[in-house]
Amino acid sequence: MTTQDLGANIPTRSTQAGWAEEAVAEAERESPHAGGRIGAEHLTREQQVLERIDRARARKARVKEPRITLSHGAGGKATHNLIEAIFLDAFRNPELEQLSDAASVQVGDARLAFTTDSYVVSPLFFPGGDIGELAVNGTVNDLAMAGARPLVISAGFILEEGFPTDDLRRVVASMAAAAKAAGVQIVTGDTKVVQRGKGDGCYINTAGIGVRERAVELNAANARPGDVVLVSGPIGDHGVTVMLARGELDIIADVVSDTAPLHELAAALLDAAPDTRLLRDATRGGVATILNEVATASKTAIVVDEEAVPVRPEVRGASELLGIDPLYVACEGRLVAVVPAEQADAALAALHGHPLGEGAAVIGRVGDDPPGLVLLKTTFGGTRIVDMLVGDPLPRIC
Amino acid sequence: MRFVDEFRDAEKARVLSARIAELCEPGRQYKFMEVCGGHTHTIYKHGLEDYLPETVSLVHGPGCPVCVIPMGRLDDAIAIAEEPEVIMTSFGDMMRVPGGRGSFFDSNAAGADIRMVYSPLDSLKIARQNPDKRVVFMAIGFETTAPSTAMTVLRAAAEGLSNFSIFCNHVTIIPAIKAILDSPDLRLDGFIGPGHVSTVIGCRPYEFIAREHGKPLVCAGFEPLDILQSVYMLMRQLREGRSEVENQYARVVPWNGNPKALRVIGETMELRPWFEWRGLGFISQSALQVREKYAAFDAERIFSVPGVRVADPKACQCGEVLKGVLKPWECKVFGTACTPETPIGTCMVSSEGACAAYYNFGRFTRERVKEATRA
Repeated sequence: MTTQDLGANIPTRSTQAGWAEEAVAEAERESPHAGGRIGAEHLTREQQVLERIDRARARKARVKEPRITLSHGAGGKATHNLIEAIFLDAFRNPELEQLSDAASVQVGDARLAFTTDSYVVSPLFFPGGDIGELAVNGTVNDLAMAGARPLVISAGFILEEGFPTDDLRRVVASMAAAAKAAGVQIVTGDTKVVQRGKGDGCYINTAGIGVRERAVELNAANARPGDVVLVSGPIGDHGVTVMLARGELDIIADVVSDTAPLHELAAALLDAAPDTRLLRDATRGGVATILNEVATASKTAIVVDEEAVPVRPEVRGASELLGIDPLYVACEGRLVAVVPAEQADAALAALHGHPLGEGAAVIGRVGDDPPGLVLLKTTFGGTRIVDMLVGDPLPRIC
Repeated sequence: MRFVDEFRDAEKARVLSARIAELCEPGRQYKFMEVCGGHTHTIYKHGLEDYLPETVSLVHGPGCPVCVIPMGRLDDAIAIAEEPEVIMTSFGDMMRVPGGRGSFFDSNAAGADIRMVYSPLDSLKIARQNPDKRVVFMAIGFETTAPSTAMTVLRAAAEGLSNFSIFCNHVTIIPAIKAILDSPDLRLDGFIGPGHVSTVIGCRPYEFIAREHGKPLVCAGFEPLDILQSVYMLMRQLREGRSEVENQYARVVPWNGNPKALRVIGETMELRPWFEWRGLGFISQSALQVREKYAAFDAERIFSVPGVRVADPKACQCGEVLKGVLKPWECKVFGTACTPETPIGTCMVSSEGACAAYYNFGRFTRERVKEATRA
């Protein structure tokens, strides 16, 4: 029985969703339905779909939400909109426009790399690491991915009233150990304390400066058809570890965070494969997000072989249960590299030669069509598109 | 991984694929609807359509619990969340869904306390830990999730909790399938039946589909080989001129369902006279509400909700997409106003929705994708 049959029983009070009506009107103005456009009749289905998506995507990024929501911090499309429409719009300059992990700064003859990152992980302590180690390694890695040798970093603390001093000692001790292991010094810092309830125990901001001693220009736009895509080890360990450490899931798995400084690994790789196109650490948004950024920036198609992607059985199992895809899960000690085919063997051997790269693997290759797309050959033998993530990788319910 | 890999064997898939192709009659087009959003997810995640002949297509049905919740109900839930001392709890995939005035995420940002949980029992735990708060569980889903909501109400009653209630939006699958079957512009040859729902209700409730409407239905599991085998079973029925209910998912689905689960649903909930489904409109006897006996746990009775219907924009053609009359890309707002970031209609709301799946995975023709992935 449908609406008509119910007659007088259905509620009469009805309204419209203002935001939806506006969105429809705006789309009609800016990118009308291809089928309704004069001159569009000859387009195939595929052309029509692509044309509409392209035109909708080409619209200037805007933040329509009246307030910041968690989606704006999830690393997906909402984050991109926020950065483009608010930060980039206000700060615009050629260096920032590249939106790379670390900026290039030329001082006299010295070529420097400069980066910053904030850490708000919960819980603060998790198997395999803690927020302090993460904060140092994350900034070291952002510099290393720019091909730079990390030199010095800063540490800013935002502490919540009531935070146990012993916990702070633990965090700081592991920062000191991580800095020593990475060969960097923490040379400046800042401390603020906020009222109880205004922070989550401890937040850390780090900034870092490194020196670019190599003549390499690593950039997502450099990928070329024929290139090879590598990862330095099993993916998703960190994200799954933290999700389970929150204790909300009642799942126990023998998995620890992969947090590690990648500067040595990156240096070994660049020595072996000097024409490496780009390096990225697969943090928030995981390997899938990085590959999408590369495909978009270089206007190439990236084809990934699911069977070749290293994922620990524990991570695969937990991801299956939670309905998430390891390709989107964060790592904190894994890099993605795109290298020319003729240097792929040397690159892989160099990764295998370092303890942090033992699990390295070639996971895919770069093609030319369709441009801007990441495709996955599934273990099952099918194909699918691996798109940018919308919102958080939330578990599905059934 | 055991119990998973054996259902994703590419070699077996090739064999099934060849058998399906053998059953195709020349010149005939086949359209099957997978009712359940979980199946849609599996189909796209594994690229299952690559194994189907060009003449066999799958239509994505209304079985995504998040997608079918009308915007007005979400506004009601947000109104409850904004009442003093309320903690609203919800499954994660409901958080992003926009209602008439925004989503749970937006409401949270504006000051409401809305928390993600993985089970209604987690909400109960929050209620125990916060005796001075009123904890509400946003109950959604088909017969699959209704038993766990029912069990939670029973447990809350047994514990005598006075600060816990559910906002009941549970829907039932059969009236939705019926609404699709009754549509005059229907273009379907058969159904891939919802496996998880069937673990609760069994296979019998589908018999009218085969008997009265002459359409075969196969209850299917959620691994890619399950679905491929179900397509094969549907094709064989068509070839042999049969229309029956068959059970591919026999390792989990008992023919008569799960009497215990049905009993707890019946104990705590009863059918509503009607309920609005996004994209399908009002369907009589298609949803559940809390029984009078458990009124103390019924958020609809405890809080006064606005109950104002929010109409989908006229340009939105989700109804036609759900019935298989329109392909997603043929809708007037697909890809322009309606995108996964700002979904206008139900089919774009979650990754299990037909339009979202098409937007994310179906942008390019199969031939072009196949060509691109050829080694």
